[in-house]
Amino acid sequence: MDFPILTTLIVLPMAAGIAVLLLPRRRPELALPVAIASSLLPLGAALWMLVQFETGVGGFQFVEDVSWYQPWGISYHLGVDGISLLLVVLTALLFPISLLASTSIKDRIHGYAASMLFLEAGIIGVFLALDLVVFFVFWEVMLVPMYFIIGVWGGGRRVYAAIKFFLFTAFGSALMLAGILSLAFLARDQLGAPTFDFVKLLDVDLARTAQFWLFAAFGLSFAIKVPLFPLHTWLPDAHVEAPTAGSVILAGVLLKMGTYGLIRFNLTLFPEATVGLVPVLATLAVIGIVYGAVVAIVQKDIKRLVAYSSVSHLGFVVLGIFALTVQGLQGGVIQMVNHGLTTGALFLLVGMIYERRHTREISQFGGLGSVMPIYAGVFLFTAFASIGLPGLNGFVGEFYILMGSFLTLPVWAIIAATGVVLAAVYLLWAYQRMFTGPITVEENRGLRDLSVREIVILAPLVALIVFLGVYPKPALERIEPSVDAILHRIEQTTDYRVPDFGAGVVITVGEHGE
Amino acid sequence: MVAVLISLALLLPLAGFVGLLAFGKRVPEPWPGVVATATVAVAFVLALIAAVDVFSGTAVPETVTWFDWLPALGVQASFLWDPLSVLMTLVVTGVGALIHAYSIGYMHGDERYGRFFAYLNLFIFSMLMLVLGSNFAVMFVGWELVGLSSYLLISFWFEKPTAAAAGKKAFVVNRVGDVGFLVALMLIFNAFGTFGFHAVFENAPATLGTGMATAITLMLMLGAAGKSAQLPLHVWLPDAMEGPTPVSALIHAATMVTAGVYMVARTGALFQLAPISAGVVATVGAVTALFAATIALAQFDIKRVLAYSTISQLGYMFMAVGAAAHVAGIFHLMTHAFFKALLFLGAGSVIHGVAGEQDMRKMGGLGRAMPWTLGTMTVAWLAISGIPPFAGFWSKDEILASVFGRGGPWVILWAVGLLTALLTAFYMTRMMWMTFGGTPRWDDGVHPHESPWTMVGPLTALGGLALVGGLVNTPWKPALEHFLHPAFEGVGLAELPGGATPWVLAFVSVAAGIVGIAAATRRYRGTMHVEDSGAWKLLNRGYYVDDAYAAAFAGGGGAAATWAAESFDGGGIDGAVNGIARLTGKVSGWLRPLQTGLVRSYAVAVMIGTVGLLAWFLTRGGF
Repeated sequence: MDFPILTTLIVLPMAAGIAVLLLPRRRPELALPVAIASSLLPLGAALWMLVQFETGVGGFQFVEDVSWYQPWGISYHLGVDGISLLLVVLTALLFPISLLASTSIKDRIHGYAASMLFLEAGIIGVFLALDLVVFFVFWEVMLVPMYFIIGVWGGGRRVYAAIKFFLFTAFGSALMLAGILSLAFLARDQLGAPTFDFVKLLDVDLARTAQFWLFAAFGLSFAIKVPLFPLHTWLPDAHVEAPTAGSVILAGVLLKMGTYGLIRFNLTLFPEATVGLVPVLATLAVIGIVYGAVVAIVQKDIKRLVAYSSVSHLGFVVLGIFALTVQGLQGGVIQMVNHGLTTGALFLLVGMIYERRHTREISQFGGLGSVMPIYAGVFLFTAFASIGLPGLNGFVGEFYILMGSFLTLPVWAIIAATGVVLAAVYLLWAYQRMFTGPITVEENRGLRDLSVREIVILAPLVALIVFLGVYPKPALERIEPSVDAILHRIEQTTDYRVPDFGAGVVITVGEHGE
Repeated sequence: MVAVLISLALLLPLAGFVGLLAFGKRVPEPWPGVVATATVAVAFVLALIAAVDVFSGTAVPETVTWFDWLPALGVQASFLWDPLSVLMTLVVTGVGALIHAYSIGYMHGDERYGRFFAYLNLFIFSMLMLVLGSNFAVMFVGWELVGLSSYLLISFWFEKPTAAAAGKKAFVVNRVGDVGFLVALMLIFNAFGTFGFHAVFENAPATLGTGMATAITLMLMLGAAGKSAQLPLHVWLPDAMEGPTPVSALIHAATMVTAGVYMVARTGALFQLAPISAGVVATVGAVTALFAATIALAQFDIKRVLAYSTISQLGYMFMAVGAAAHVAGIFHLMTHAFFKALLFLGAGSVIHGVAGEQDMRKMGGLGRAMPWTLGTMTVAWLAISGIPPFAGFWSKDEILASVFGRGGPWVILWAVGLLTALLTAFYMTRMMWMTFGGTPRWDDGVHPHESPWTMVGPLTALGGLALVGGLVNTPWKPALEHFLHPAFEGVGLAELPGGATPWVLAFVSVAAGIVGIAAATRRYRGTMHVEDSGAWKLLNRGYYVDDAYAAAFAGGGGAAATWAAESFDGGGIDGAVNGIARLTGKVSGWLRPLQTGLVRSYAVAVMIGTVGLLAWFLTRGGF
């Protein structure tokens, strides 16, 4: 067996978390540097995995499969494919960054740093697990550190927000658990022995009704996480109350667990239900796109504004997924990564201004562009990435999603396209109120611009935003085979066919010489 | 060879942007300006070298590919070098270089001098992407990036709230048009499976029914109307005058706003399949031309006169491309770039000379103090008024004659164009008299003076172009027509009427220009007129379109959004959530005996519930 890189990816942050807890309490100043340094190890491992990942292959790679509890068919089964690869790398990248952005946390710093590292282990586990029990364990495990991060180190209404986050998610989890168990029993009926192994479950032939019930059980849990309209109201509260790092992780990767779950499990295990429920999910997604954006426009708190923008952006992701086309699904996957980068950066930026002014009220700012030009520049840059300006990453995903979803869901796609106007309205209006005009509040006059540490935090995100916007091919060609495999499976198991476009025109690829 | 040349022409301004963004602050004046000007001037020269074979007619259109950009959509970062993109590139870099040079003096002393030139270079790069892209996707990239540059430059003096608001408004209104462009792209991809111009245009007749062709082209037109400030999306352009004047000249007169005209001409093969859309384009153009010209009659801000004039002139260009007179439309695009850039730069010189004043009521009698500005602007004034042999006469006349030549209802559009020509001559003459003629009305302490040579130089160069630029396409030697023709292969171009008709039409339109000039001279030569009739106010306020939009979107839309956020999201959805929570709280109050307060017992309860649910599934579900 090859080197167990995936287990390493999970164990490293977990071990680092334990190590941080073992650090002497008398030396609180050690905790964060140790955590930051040790979070670079999983990042290194993730980058190694990225380099070693074989492009052009649709199946799982670096697979580890050890039987855990034979009688119930539970195995410690991990693997990575084009859908999860970039999400794991994104996770490993965002943790060092958000830890580096946590210097303002002084209270119980050991617990905080350890929670963050345990959270990282849990999230990476979710993305790598190929056994439903293992998946569920990581799914639940990750909930606990996140609960504490919001509830202990959060803002004024942190307890309300943390409980709300916990209850919403736990409600979904209960349904998912029921779904997982029923799935295993159904497998037993057909295969002779129960199994929780994702790959083996692909061979189980599920009846149509069973598919719908199971789709609902899994899907509701994932939809809460995404969050899909109207299950989104936990999100703004959790975001506003969470400390900066919590928001970055929440928006950057935690929400993606929902969309990831939809692709990995719902699309793959319940293809017939997927095809049947496309109108429902696409409608909710499009409502989310428009509704999230409209509500974002009038927010008075910049962090809440960014939170609602996530509802809108994740709506795009869900629309792309349920378009069930190559372009839409690829766009959905790449947009998960893009949203993690841009919204992560936006939350970091909001955190930076909060540390200076201890407020996030948009009306408390104005004219910051003249006192903090670099900050203003990075903010505007990130805002444009979020708006979907071509040349930056957000456009690539949005364009794929719109083009891909039009092939199967034209009306939905056209409504979704209006989201591009609304995104410009809420972000540029917020920018206008915060950064332009004269300085209206005296305290803002003396604000210092970004420090070297803050520039170091933002630089990798800015670089990736440009890279993925200008040259997304390396990312897309790693995603493509896995997306093709999923669509192929749907075509094999249902009478759905990915539409042919350009009928009547014989075109190879791209353009011909003029 | 061509590949290297045009790649360099694209990359030089980009390098200028990146370099000046990083180091512009540390480099002393005027070097950022000099560097930025050099990148564009060199790009112009490179384009000129690359164009030699195209000019001589020996070159075939060439595609330059950089890399695969969006593989699953078949999109490559690739550029097309054909007569149309050659001409656009030369206009953009040529006029662009002159305006860069002018800005060296104009922006003197600005605290973000380097930043200004960084943005100008970004604009040139973006505009080149737009006109050189060999597929719809790359064109869209340029399309959006010019929107970004426009946003950055309009709100360049962002400390001024009006400037910041204007920049945002421009971007948002453009985005409304972009929805149209995006929908067109969806339809195109759906129908053709590619975005390549060549593949789409070649296959369009066989692939598209009239309905689909109409849908695609109407959506494209919506995008074009946004970028080129045509009705009903014209509202951003007058406000865009908040930007520094060289920006108004380059972006909001000479180049970016003509992108919509370029787009319609480029996609002429699609519009040919959709006569209704072509009619819509021409009608929108004609109505906009007249509409904006009437508003220009009643403005006092010298830049707003020119802004409405630009909207009006763009209307002419749309009338042309709608009538399939693509050469005439592009011809007017070019001459307009010369004379309108000159008018704006001249206005900038005036504003510079009277200490930043833009209100013509506080000008007057400036001719003596600013002879070069007056001289060059006079050329531009006669050019836009359609007086031969100045550049505007030839192109405007070709448009009017082509539209007339289509016959039938097109004659109405011709009449609208003719009336607009008269009004154009009138409001431009009014502007010239109010600025340069009559008695001085400037404030105490203002000492009007001629601008430095860095500003007067470009004025003179543009003056030369506005004087003779029209001679590239005359009835005796239609050189531009021959040159552009290959770019419109397969498109049935409109033809000029035969016989004596063109001469009669030319005579009529020159007469209209002269009448306009004479009438305005009579009225504005001597004293200042301050009108305040109701009709005049209506024009002054631009028919209250802006106020209506503000009421509908900022007022109505804002209220709806607030309702959605506060009542619906907060009260409705979240209220339901919290209601369920409260209800649960009450129920659990009744069930208090069961409540132990220990997480362990809750876990047990969850477990029991799950198992129960499961049991129900297995027994009742039967699967």
